[in-house]
Amino acid sequence: MTAKPKFAMYWAASCGGCEIAVLNTHEKILDVDANFDVVFWPVAMDAKYKDVEAMEDGSILLTLFNGSIRNDENERLAKLLRQKSKLLVAFGSCACEGCIPGLANLSPVGDIVHTAFNTITTDNPHGIYPRTSFDVPEGELHIPTLAKVVRPLEQVVDVDYFMPGCPPESHQIAAVIDLVIKVVKGEAELPPKGATIGVGDSTVCDECPRARNVKLIKEFTRIQDIAPVDPTLCILEQGVPCNGPATRSGCNARCPQAGAQCIGCYGPAEGVMDYGARLITAFASVVDATTPEEIDRILDGIPDPTGQVYRFNLAGSLLKANREAWIKG
Amino acid sequence: MTEKIGVYVCHCGTNIAGTVDVKGVAEWAAEHLKHRGVVIGREYKFMCSSLGQELVENDIKELGLTRVIVAACSPHLHEKTFRTACKNAGLNPYLCEMVSIREQVSWVHTDKVAATEKSKAVISGGVERVLHNEALEPIRVPIHADTLVVGGGIAGIQAALEIADAGYHVCLVEREPSIGGHMAQFDKTFPTLDCAACILTPKMVEIGSHPNITLLTWSEVEKVDGFVGNFTATIRKKASYVNTDSCTGCGICWEKCPKKVVDDVFEAGLGVRKAIYRPFAQAVPKYPVMDVENCTYFKNGKCKACQLFCPTEPNSINFEQKDEILEVQAGNIILATGYDLFDTTRIPQYGYGKLPNVFTSIEFERMCNAAGPTEGKVVLRDMKTTPKSVVVVHCVGSRDENYNKYCSSICCMQSLKFAHLVMERTGAEVYNCYIDIRTPAKDYEEFYKRVLEEGGHFIRGKVAEITDAARLPEEEGKLIVQVEDTLIGKQRRIPVDMVILSAGIEPRQDAKEVGKLFGIACGASGWYTEKHPKLDPVATMTEGIYIAGCVQGPKDIPASVAQGAAAAARVLGKIQQGVIALEPIKASINETQCSGCRICNGLCPFNAISFIEDDKVSSINPALCQGCGTCVAACPAGAISGTGFSDAQIIAQIDGLLLRNLEEARV
Repeated sequence: MTAKPKFAMYWAASCGGCEIAVLNTHEKILDVDANFDVVFWPVAMDAKYKDVEAMEDGSILLTLFNGSIRNDENERLAKLLRQKSKLLVAFGSCACEGCIPGLANLSPVGDIVHTAFNTITTDNPHGIYPRTSFDVPEGELHIPTLAKVVRPLEQVVDVDYFMPGCPPESHQIAAVIDLVIKVVKGEAELPPKGATIGVGDSTVCDECPRARNVKLIKEFTRIQDIAPVDPTLCILEQGVPCNGPATRSGCNARCPQAGAQCIGCYGPAEGVMDYGARLITAFASVVDATTPEEIDRILDGIPDPTGQVYRFNLAGSLLKANREAWIKG
Repeated sequence: MTEKIGVYVCHCGTNIAGTVDVKGVAEWAAEHLKHRGVVIGREYKFMCSSLGQELVENDIKELGLTRVIVAACSPHLHEKTFRTACKNAGLNPYLCEMVSIREQVSWVHTDKVAATEKSKAVISGGVERVLHNEALEPIRVPIHADTLVVGGGIAGIQAALEIADAGYHVCLVEREPSIGGHMAQFDKTFPTLDCAACILTPKMVEIGSHPNITLLTWSEVEKVDGFVGNFTATIRKKASYVNTDSCTGCGICWEKCPKKVVDDVFEAGLGVRKAIYRPFAQAVPKYPVMDVENCTYFKNGKCKACQLFCPTEPNSINFEQKDEILEVQAGNIILATGYDLFDTTRIPQYGYGKLPNVFTSIEFERMCNAAGPTEGKVVLRDMKTTPKSVVVVHCVGSRDENYNKYCSSICCMQSLKFAHLVMERTGAEVYNCYIDIRTPAKDYEEFYKRVLEEGGHFIRGKVAEITDAARLPEEEGKLIVQVEDTLIGKQRRIPVDMVILSAGIEPRQDAKEVGKLFGIACGASGWYTEKHPKLDPVATMTEGIYIAGCVQGPKDIPASVAQGAAAAARVLGKIQQGVIALEPIKASINETQCSGCRICNGLCPFNAISFIEDDKVSSINPALCQGCGTCVAACPAGAISGTGFSDAQIIAQIDGLLLRNLEEARV
């Protein structure tokens, strides 16, 4: 038997992009295989939940958990993997802060299901809706039950480290893999529990090469509506709401470097408690207006404020404590 | 828990104890917040008394308290008291926090049980917050000895003279071409019937010639930067097109000016002036100003009569003059910008503007003035007929749900004065229609009695309508005043020749914007809010900004003068201190977290934020920062923190309020 430490990766409510980001580390993935015994990774190898259940508690050294907690199966696996793992990493934006699935928290679950099965784009002539249990001659079948709200991993189990990004950048993943290997070999120490890893210590602006001035915004516009975008000037100053100022660095400002605004997938910067609140006050602060009507007109240039400032962070925002109250679902 | 916290709960007589179980709250804090560091919970009848303060001081010394919570009134009232007590006992004052269980609990609740529970929560929040407090030291800055007085009415004049006479420099800014304000328009002043000009003009002259006063008329403050001790005001000195270095105020220019203009300001529309004018003979300064809207040269490009006839060498008329922008440094600012008269056309049933012989109070004042358009004769709108009967309508626009709810305070006495003057100058019958007669100041009631004795008629009732539609032969050609005489319970129709509307007074139309400029607030009625309605009537919530006269609320001349002098005394007190200790509540930037996005750069109202180009980070000058928190809220990276208001403190306080800190809550 091998004495290599054990590694697991799991996807809950996610798109699969995080797994691809791991594979995008190219030959670095061979280091994972060389140094770890991969015991559970549904997207890459066949394994059964009962195999995990049979493992000794704490026997997996490192589990990268991506995806948010949308249903009872996600929750069960989160708890199971917590129990079996020494280090549980919330991997990617969904696990860290809810990400796109978290936007579902704006609607009651009933509405979501109704929309999915009963809108003009859904051909459902018999009005069939999913049921969580169904009797067949062989017995009772179950599918997972949707929870009332989408939760990030931390709201369900204790998390050791957070690695944000949608998905995390491959060079950051590679660096974290290297670090863990070094720790295993006794060449390095782990960061303090609860740390955010694979990131920079400031904001996207720090990595953004664009020129910045005092900001006075007379009009917010969508980026597709301005042409041409000045390639050297701060995107926010050009009137496009850019989430970079509140977003944690670590991605090398990929979007602004490519000519698009930052949408905030790396999550709140170190000092930020509520990402959306920070951003909207920042945007409001640079509105250059003298009358309430003008202020309204300028802010109306942000057509979907929630989508703009909470695209990745809604489920993990400060509002989480009373979410049950404001979603009557 | 290494901190030792003392919790002191005040009864405030029955103010708090009437609604909150004070003893129970103090005991609860000592028992249930023990694990958070509370070592003592005390209650006392009046914590702010010297005995109450001694309780705190003794506990600091004997129990070695390291943090103090006083649950009493609002910190606005007594934070300083208790912080000083802590300081006296050797504890850094900023380790003491007040929580309000009076304004925020006992005064707003009636349910004793719930109010007691809320008090516990508020204290719990305070305890969690104070655990995160840091020991701070006040910042000391020197005070600039100059004072800026805005508004040259009697309140501003009084304030400026008091300070200048004490030996300190004053810059007095006035929007109109002359100082004097409304008082300069009046003829007589109640209740002594002194001639307004006789008592005002000596003070105006003194302002004009005082070595310690810089007078800027025809000027307006456009911007105010800085803070107490170090204000910088940007003032626009409007072009008067008159070179005051050479002008002697001889008056030939306005004599020769061919353009007559109705004087809506000083003469209230009753008289005319020229396009180049001095509003009145005793104006200070003596120089005229050009009204470019009406000047023939500015409109048509020819005329220049004033320049042609100007006898001075060099010629004093300069058509090329431009507005000047001046910067004035001042340690303190007094705002005495006065009031606007209620616009009587807003009450259409009183007929002002439609019925020629309905006059406003200010029109009547000008008419009575010997230097006014009728040279002191009381006449009808035809400017010659003497009225035989006059109604004075009180409370026009005041004490009225439709206009202003407040009492304008001066109208009763002004109406009585009008009644006296009409009788004295015309012998006409005078009727005063009033709601209540209010004569609360010295010699006022005596004046009321005098007017009664002189034969003035008084009808207790609010005038419903003033019309010229006659129903009876004796009403033909008259103004008919319809009023219910509530004392006899009858409707009356009084046919008279003349009606005087004793208009109330209102905040200046631009009071809100001007307040914003100086960083002070208006109350619901639009008057500037004083720091304390009883105990600090001339200070404002903004340190270094004082208010005097009608800006603070309706008042008569003696009260305005008293406030002008009071504001001056406050300013002189500040100047005498030489330095001022500023609250060390400041914002600061964590340079690691700051990525130089520059969102905060344009926001600081005190210009305390600069951008360090080399390091690509923003930086705050602590001497300029006033701790307002604007940048703290705006920083998208959360890199700016306000001392005393850190996220950790606020979140801890919220957790405490929600009682998440209790041991019971942890299971």
